[in-house]
Amino acid sequence: MDFEKLHREESGRILSTLIGMLGDFDLAEEALQEAYATALQKWPTEGTPANPRAWLISTARNKAIDQLRRGRRLDEKRDEIVHHIEVVHAPQWETAEEMFADDRLRLIFTCCHPALATDAQVALTLRTVCGLTTEEIAKAFLLPVATLAQRLVRAKRKIRDAGIPYREPSPEDLPERVDSVLLAIYLIFNEGYLASGGDALVRRELCSEAIQLGRVLCELLPREREARSLLALMLLHDSRRDARVSSDGELILLEEQDRSLWHHKQIREGSALLESALHAGANGFYSLQASIAALHANARTANETDWPQIAGLYDLLVSSHPSPVLEVNRAAAVAMATSLTEGLALLDVLEENEELAEFYLLPAARADLLRRLGRKDEAAAVYRRALQLVTNDIERRFLLRRYAEMTG
Amino acid sequence: MKYLLLIYHTEAQAAKLREQDRNAMYQEYGQVIGELTQKGKYLGGYELKPTSSASTVRVRDGKKVITDGPFAETKEQLGGYFLVEAADLDEALAISARIPSARDGSIEVRPVVEQQVKQDAAKG
Repeated sequence: MDFEKLHREESGRILSTLIGMLGDFDLAEEALQEAYATALQKWPTEGTPANPRAWLISTARNKAIDQLRRGRRLDEKRDEIVHHIEVVHAPQWETAEEMFADDRLRLIFTCCHPALATDAQVALTLRTVCGLTTEEIAKAFLLPVATLAQRLVRAKRKIRDAGIPYREPSPEDLPERVDSVLLAIYLIFNEGYLASGGDALVRRELCSEAIQLGRVLCELLPREREARSLLALMLLHDSRRDARVSSDGELILLEEQDRSLWHHKQIREGSALLESALHAGANGFYSLQASIAALHANARTANETDWPQIAGLYDLLVSSHPSPVLEVNRAAAVAMATSLTEGLALLDVLEENEELAEFYLLPAARADLLRRLGRKDEAAAVYRRALQLVTNDIERRFLLRRYAEMTG
Repeated sequence: MKYLLLIYHTEAQAAKLREQDRNAMYQEYGQVIGELTQKGKYLGGYELKPTSSASTVRVRDGKKVITDGPFAETKEQLGGYFLVEAADLDEALAISARIPSARDGSIEVRPVVEQQVKQDAAKG
């Protein structure tokens, strides 16, 4: 029995069911940990139960009751909880998959409640829904374990103190709450995708966790089109994972990547998902981003990339979701679709924007266009500026190479 | 659970309201309070006089120090409060969203620490 695998695959479902029963995150987590400990002791000798998930829930439930009886939890609601567990949730283990599915949805929505800080949402989701350990999460975000642990403690305390309910949002609140969940998943994916040094393997984990969360969400909320688009977006980006970085750890730009290393089955899956979402009328942030990603992913060679369509999609994106960062991307697309000088002109306007003063991709993009125009000295100067602002090691080395090309 | 809804707004803007707009706003407040009262959720609330009427007291080293004005200068100022009974945060947030000042101000939603009076009394 691979306990790590069990933990990873089952914790989300089990925890969500337990929290539903016990009404308390900490109690549920502690009880589950104790149940795992018992499983580790008993299963090797007594054999693995036919239904491990049911066994764990049953055992955890009993551990929780014991804990409450022993009075370790001086909650004013203690008697209420015990009554709730014993009477309302008497064991009925032949219940269908649906029970678990509903509970996971409640758990996801609770972890991603907008009243929690975004980084708290992300940490809590990874911990309770995905079953990552505090150490794994800390490593992935390049944070000290103590910081992550504190963040989780505060998040759970906020849920308890402020009375964040453990249930699915009402229909009126659903759109906004789904947005919150999608954003948390997107942040997890980006954290893993834009690996800024540290353990690349662990960061890859974040991408797969995010994709898995995306799948669960699509399964549980089949009518949410943007959820489908987000999953498509993540699958499309992730399909390039083996072509993005050279064996020396150097960044390889999209246009220079070996497209035979792309995961084409994944591209087809992502593209099909996007199709279905668009067909159903999706036109939000993730749909537009995914459409752009799909155009890149489905181009056989860099030269065959449909830049005019991409530029058009950025126009739509920027008008519905104004963002200086997206404007930079749009300028780069216009440069390829129309002319380098027109792209440059757009970037020059963005230079005026204070919000972008520290954003290294702006000078990086400008320098790249100047480079393509053969204006080496100007490009070098702007690469220097970009180097002052870049924080990611892999990107820094890339910019240094470009700078060397301009001055060499 | 009890929640205190702290209603923040920009006093300068509020002062510039035309009389008919101010009356319309009060009417809306009246409606919201009425509905909440009917459902047994409204436990109290008041509009506060502007921060120009505020005074702040601090006792330091046994001495009472009194200053003119609110405890701190803020971009938005506390203009009133509701004390409500709600099942959970989501309900408190939904109630807050209906407060007229939420449209151009901010409502801070604070859970109240409720004393376990009954339990302690039971212990005798």
